Amino acid sequence: MNEVVNETERLSRQTDEGAQELKASHELVVTGTVWPELEGDGETMIINMGPQHPSTHGVLRVMMELDGETVVRAKPVIGYLHTGMEKTGEQLTYVQGCTNVTRMDYASPIANEIVFSMAVEQLLDVEVPERSIWIRMMLAELSRMASHLLFQASNGMDIGAVSMMLYGWREREETLRVLEMITGLRMNHNFVRPGGVAADLPDGWQHAVLELCDKVEVGIGDYDTLLTGNPIWIERTVGVGVITTEQALALGVSGPILRSTGFAWDLRKAQPYLAYDKVDFDVIYTQNGDCFDRYRIRLTEIAESIKIVRQCVEMMPPGDYRVQDKKITPPPRERIDQSMEALIHHFKLFTEGFRVPAGETYVSVESPRGEVGCYIVSDGTGKPTRMHVRAPSFYNLQSMGPMMEDRLVADAVAVISSVDPILGEVDR
Amino acid sequence: MALDAVPHNFLTGRLEDVVRWARRNSVFPATFGLACCAIEMMATGAAHYDLARYGMEVFRASPRQADLMIVAGRVSQKMAPVLRQVYDQMVEPKWVISMGVCASSGGMFNNYAIVQGVDQIVPVDVYVPGCPPGPETLMHGILTLHEQIRTGELLKRREVSPTGGAAIQVSEPPAGTPRMPVSISQAT
Amino acid sequence: MAEPTAVVDEGASEEFHERPDKPVPTDEVAAALVAKFEGSIFHDSHGQPVVYADRSQMADIATYLRDEEQFTTCLDVTAVDHLTDAERMAVPGVAPERFELVANFISHARNRRIRVIAQVPVSDTTVPSLTPVYAGVNFAEREVFDLFGIVFVGHPDLTRILMPDDWSGYPLRKDDAPARVPVTFKEDPGPRVGGAA
Repeated sequence: MNEVVNETERLSRQTDEGAQELKASHELVVTGTVWPELEGDGETMIINMGPQHPSTHGVLRVMMELDGETVVRAKPVIGYLHTGMEKTGEQLTYVQGCTNVTRMDYASPIANEIVFSMAVEQLLDVEVPERSIWIRMMLAELSRMASHLLFQASNGMDIGAVSMMLYGWREREETLRVLEMITGLRMNHNFVRPGGVAADLPDGWQHAVLELCDKVEVGIGDYDTLLTGNPIWIERTVGVGVITTEQALALGVSGPILRSTGFAWDLRKAQPYLAYDKVDFDVIYTQNGDCFDRYRIRLTEIAESIKIVRQCVEMMPPGDYRVQDKKITPPPRERIDQSMEALIHHFKLFTEGFRVPAGETYVSVESPRGEVGCYIVSDGTGKPTRMHVRAPSFYNLQSMGPMMEDRLVADAVAVISSVDPILGEVDR
Repeated sequence: MALDAVPHNFLTGRLEDVVRWARRNSVFPATFGLACCAIEMMATGAAHYDLARYGMEVFRASPRQADLMIVAGRVSQKMAPVLRQVYDQMVEPKWVISMGVCASSGGMFNNYAIVQGVDQIVPVDVYVPGCPPGPETLMHGILTLHEQIRTGELLKRREVSPTGGAAIQVSEPPAGTPRMPVSISQAT
Repeated sequence: MAEPTAVVDEGASEEFHERPDKPVPTDEVAAALVAKFEGSIFHDSHGQPVVYADRSQMADIATYLRDEEQFTTCLDVTAVDHLTDAERMAVPGVAPERFELVANFISHARNRRIRVIAQVPVSDTTVPSLTPVYAGVNFAEREVFDLFGIVFVGHPDLTRILMPDDWSGYPLRKDDAPARVPVTFKEDPGPRVGGAA
């Protein structure tokens, strides 16, 4: 005890003598705590970031081993938002299933709804009408715009361009308003369902959608002016968080992260689904695989989505918005009022659901974050035996370690942000 | 000193009212975004809905600097201890808004992973319904909380409990109970 | 990268109804797998090539797919629990077990996919890990371990990933209860006694 007091006194005197002695002994005693090493020569420390942290996009936790300011290793720790959706999915009928999957990737819910519906349709072996395919495609692109706009906002805020938060949300609100007009909800739409979509497009949708396209086009021009040539932005993002094509492919990474490494892989082009082979758009890719490239890709993809949406407005076919199959489609609202059979039919469909033949299938689409896949195993009843979603963020998150390694800890936030993980989808 | 002896430009009132007024007008929310609702919480703070109108645009990253926790999203069993720790770190007086059905009651996720209502872990002052609640709904919840702070109803409840409202104790379940990691027993 | 050419197995689903005892692979990669790995069975699932293989061969199949067939990425590893199936899809030649381990592979260069499924009995849930072949399945195998209790031999860090470390049980197994909590209401007045007012 006396020694501690003496040590403390000597420290408080702060003589050169005392300091020299301390440095020689490499042992500093302050009120009983021993600090083994002061100079970091090869000694590392482990720090924890999250799960409650403003820049971890929800509840991501990152364990980092630091040597001074340099990250030696980084390991994402997940599960803080584990919702048991795959278990819940086994207890919901196929009609209700969309309600479940849409809450996984809450930044682009439509992609999840589409992939689930397409998987169920493949098991049922039904062809959905042309119009519903185009409605789905248009909504998917609107959703992609909203998701990438959210990325622009949050990425800007994480890196320090706080005004981007306001600009990004300005355009995202416009997009959400159009989505609300069409689907009835701002998020978690539950609009795309097995057999088509929930409702036809509302009156005046062309005008609203085209007006939105013009607004967002102006908006992304603003972002381009604000960020792309901005020296501070370049300093913070260029050469930060580099990943190579080989690493990305080995880690199962897809979407904008894979495309930023110079690998032009987009399921919309490579394995066209919906009607993507009938519209004209480009796959955006860059060569450097850093945070700046990922920002550029997402910004340019908004423009490509606008291009697709405009073509959808132009080429939207007339016809049914859902398949006219009594087995899976509920009767129209008007008929329920008049016919008892229709009422029973409606009730049966929404309580028991429809039966899906036993089988298994894996369907994948390109979500704003990469390949989102849905693996459904059916046992011939109204509820799936297994409903698994291959979440792109789950795999993309693994690239965070290689991106952060040997970089400064100050760049960690930029890397997390540019991976753009949605934790609801990671943990499911 | 007689009241008419003092110079003009004075208002008289109870100190308690002034404190409540001051508290109401500078509520600092902690960022506790969990899931979908966090996106709508961001929307509430962003350009279009502009929460700054109510003197609360400053979302504090540190719970030490915040006095309102907006639990935005589903709380998993793994997150529950973290949430409680963040709540404990906040200084009194503190308030909790449970945003969305998942935080309020577990919502559609009645399964092994989700805590069926954040009120099992922390005391909740205002429940905001919706999945997710729109920014307008959240703002209505916030204004309801403001009104409760202003009228002092919250203080009454806190006076009852010696632990300052944190009257729920989280403890280990007794052996043999069905597996739910967080069991609730009301503190005296 | 060069323009990928889409390869679709045309006509595969037409022949599907008259299923021979030993189905002839309509997919060249699947054919190569069936020829190389003894005991593996080809199955056409809604036009998608699926190979049912022995679980001990999983790592060898993955190595073969990566090194010989340009399958650059293992997209997904997951599992299925068939305990409570009302009706299970029968694949001739495959002895069904309770668990199925499902791995999806993609070849970007050849623009094709393949799915490999292995039967895993509940008595011995060990399978060779694919992490030495595809580093990206690290998280996925941890998830399968966490939720199904399937043990991947050779995995560098096989710990729980989604559930808390001290959790007991494997939530996605069918005999693990969904742990539904009955909905309760605060200040519930209780059932009314006597006749209605």
